[in-house]
Amino acid sequence: MSGVGDALTRVHHEEWARVVATVARRFGDLDLAEEMAAEAFATAVERWPVDGVPPAPGAWLTTTANRKAIDRLRREARRDEKHREALVLSATPEPLGAIDDDRLRLVFTCCHPALAMEARVALTLRLVGGLTVAEIAHAFLVQETAMGQRITRAKAKIKAARIPYGVPLRDDLPARVTGVLAVLYLIFNEGYLASGPGAEAVRADLTGEAIRLTRLVHALLPADGEVAGLLALMLLTEARRAARVSASGELVTLAEQDRGAWDRALIAEGHALVRARLAAGQAPGRYQILAAINAVHTDAPDVRDTDWSQILALYDQLLRVDASPIVRLNRAIAVAELDGPEVALAQVADLPLADYHAYHAVRADLLRRLGRSGDSRAAYDRAIELSGNTAEQAYLTRRRDQLAT
Amino acid sequence: MTQYLISVLHDSDARATDDEMAAIDVFNERLQADGQWVFAGGLAGPDAATVIDARAAAPVYTDGPYVESKEFVIGFWIVEAPHLDVALRLAAAGSKACNRRVEVRPFLDA
Repeated sequence: MSGVGDALTRVHHEEWARVVATVARRFGDLDLAEEMAAEAFATAVERWPVDGVPPAPGAWLTTTANRKAIDRLRREARRDEKHREALVLSATPEPLGAIDDDRLRLVFTCCHPALAMEARVALTLRLVGGLTVAEIAHAFLVQETAMGQRITRAKAKIKAARIPYGVPLRDDLPARVTGVLAVLYLIFNEGYLASGPGAEAVRADLTGEAIRLTRLVHALLPADGEVAGLLALMLLTEARRAARVSASGELVTLAEQDRGAWDRALIAEGHALVRARLAAGQAPGRYQILAAINAVHTDAPDVRDTDWSQILALYDQLLRVDASPIVRLNRAIAVAELDGPEVALAQVADLPLADYHAYHAVRADLLRRLGRSGDSRAAYDRAIELSGNTAEQAYLTRRRDQLAT
Repeated sequence: MTQYLISVLHDSDARATDDEMAAIDVFNERLQADGQWVFAGGLAGPDAATVIDARAAAPVYTDGPYVESKEFVIGFWIVEAPHLDVALRLAAAGSKACNRRVEVRPFLDA
């Protein structure tokens, strides 16, 4: 029985977006698509333990969802003749855009610029990532009812404003892709540092989906440096995933990771993308610089071989593109390696990041290295309180408890 | 095809300049050539507005616009487009032509 349960969980992760996307393409209605996907999975929960898991679970779910959608629309059409016409019209998918991937259409629809940024992320996680409203609400620290309303409003706007269900035409693509990359990166990060007390420390389903979708966008726009940069950044980060959480479920920092456990194939692919961008000779954007920083880290066979001056130079370059406090915070980590923790501590002192767990974690580490145990302990406490990731909390707790009293 | 209202937002009593008028003419001609044109027009400012409420027995006339705000609608286009992406592109060209912010809203289905 637990075999069926595992299969359901796995199929949900792998197939949710495909089921939603296929029904949405066929009927042009995101609400209907989501409801029918949910009904199809509910049917699977009832039937699979009795009938066994079908040989092609994804196809089974898509067929079930499509049939349920047709049944639903037929029932409604009997009540309303006009609706029947609408069904016939919308059941013929409009060929739109340059690439034929249902999930990518779904991504571009969810990331449409006519939607607020927070609505884009929420919709993408719900419809493409298959996260529950509760999970999304927790990831973004808002009430579940508020998140539910945000998603409902976004779907209503898609319908009312006639936001097209498809990949934009080639002329519109570059402008639209920036927003898509921002959303995909947020999803990747939520997967890489998953939040929630019951959540796995790393949600490979989310990082995997973010990478898969970014690969598709890269295939569509191979000359776009930022798409390549984001893909490289994700690959170089994902390559370290296995080494990032210990057997006891504790976060392992970059410095302490077993570099032999890094995924060499992903690193090679990421490095190749970074090199290709350097060869292109164009001024790099944010993602390309972040990818280059990760390339320097993953280039070092041992943490002691890390080229910190190169990393600092890349952070200086990044500051010119993005002078945010978070960039300054990360730059300070390189400063600590080159100029010592005292200089770094002074540089982060005034950053307006009091509610950001990593800010306190960085400060805690710098204070520990300066022997200021009491201040360090307070900073660890604050970081543990603000972190939503179980592995990170375990790591920070151990570091705090190792402090001299 | 859906019709979209592109409202032109404005916040002073300055009229469109000659350059802006010329750019608007070019944009209008392109809309007509491409079959996206339905109707367009400029409006007098809010000080020319009168609000009428005839829901009661005798109509009541009130001098001025129905809502006092810094910004108001000074003109509009009605365009025809297959979906929002096309309407947004037209609205962006319209904003550039008239040198003002614009708002896009779809008409409800007939």
